[in-house]
Amino acid sequence: MPLGTHKATLFGVAGVSTGDVVLLSTAVASSDASIEFTLPTAYEQVKFGLYNLHPSAAPGPDFQFQVNADSQTGYNETITSTNFRTYHAEDDSGSGVAYRTGDDQAQGTSYQTLFYEVDDEDDNGCCGELILYSPTSTTYVKHYVSRTVGMQPNATTKSDFSGGYINTTTNLSEIAFKFSSGNVDSGTIKMWGVK
Amino acid sequence: MAMDLITTDASSNAASSDFTSSIDSTYKLYIFKFYDVNPATDDVKFSVQFNVAGQSGFNETITTTAFRAIHNEADSEAALAYQTGGDQAQGTAYQIITDSIGSGGDESGAGELFLFNPSNTTYVKHFYSTTTILQADDSARQYFIAGYVNATGAVDEVSFKMASGNMDAVIKMYGVG
Repeated sequence: MPLGTHKATLFGVAGVSTGDVVLLSTAVASSDASIEFTLPTAYEQVKFGLYNLHPSAAPGPDFQFQVNADSQTGYNETITSTNFRTYHAEDDSGSGVAYRTGDDQAQGTSYQTLFYEVDDEDDNGCCGELILYSPTSTTYVKHYVSRTVGMQPNATTKSDFSGGYINTTTNLSEIAFKFSSGNVDSGTIKMWGVK
Repeated sequence: MAMDLITTDASSNAASSDFTSSIDSTYKLYIFKFYDVNPATDDVKFSVQFNVAGQSGFNETITTTAFRAIHNEADSEAALAYQTGGDQAQGTAYQIITDSIGSGGDESGAGELFLFNPSNTTYVKHFYSTTTILQADDSARQYFIAGYVNATGAVDEVSFKMASGNMDAVIKMYGVG
């Protein structure tokens, strides 16, 4: 499926409301290079639910996101972020909590890792959520927070925590999710607007 | 489970943002979401306190945990650590819920706080928060607070303010369940 197949223009799309949280779009992956959404303009918070995202490539590509600011080109905005994880192996051989310098960015323009090393075995993948705060602000930088959980290739459960800011005062217009290598073999991403 | 927007407080150069009504038995969970928190004074923290029904002042007894993750734009500092200076042990001060936010034109903080079952009169009142900011020293800082208001009376008021000085902020209160 070509890049951008899941790009959803939200204006005029009938939303499903759960109180003051509105489901804006659902993207179901099928061997996609990326999953992309056009961001809404009517919400101060946009939340993405990440469900069973499974990579095509082995071993263990990272699940990532980037954004595009309005009137800019490409998913390459400047990000400063933190990243830490908790983990525990099935055989009880290792566990812990630690900062991950390899998965943060300091004014970087790369895709930001949300989950480091997703196992590609058939019954594995990663889940979680990503929250964007005030993506349409034209005054402040854009903050985000994410938490994910999944299985690494070495039969280890891991939860990754990331947060930081997209260092632009331009409003954000688009977001893309992908693996660091290979395609998004399967999985679902839901985008919610919070009033 | 529906999440209902109860009220929005858009503060401009305000000393505090106080929610003094609509926190009752209607909902089991109250969620406060903060947007565009920008202090008038550079390098100050955003904080919360509570008031129990029938009491006066935002000065309830709180015990909390606090940890943070930081990473600066210069890439010279990256760390995850418990913050003994950010927790309270039966303290009555405002509980900080962010690291120190810059007051620059594009600097701000955001996040959310969950307050569980504030109207019950049997148990202490648990809460936790997750926030992220652009620190005055140009770093990304996530702050995680969790703990309880050590009171069995119903919490019916919540106050947010900066550790010093005024603030601009948009704070929304939601009810869930």
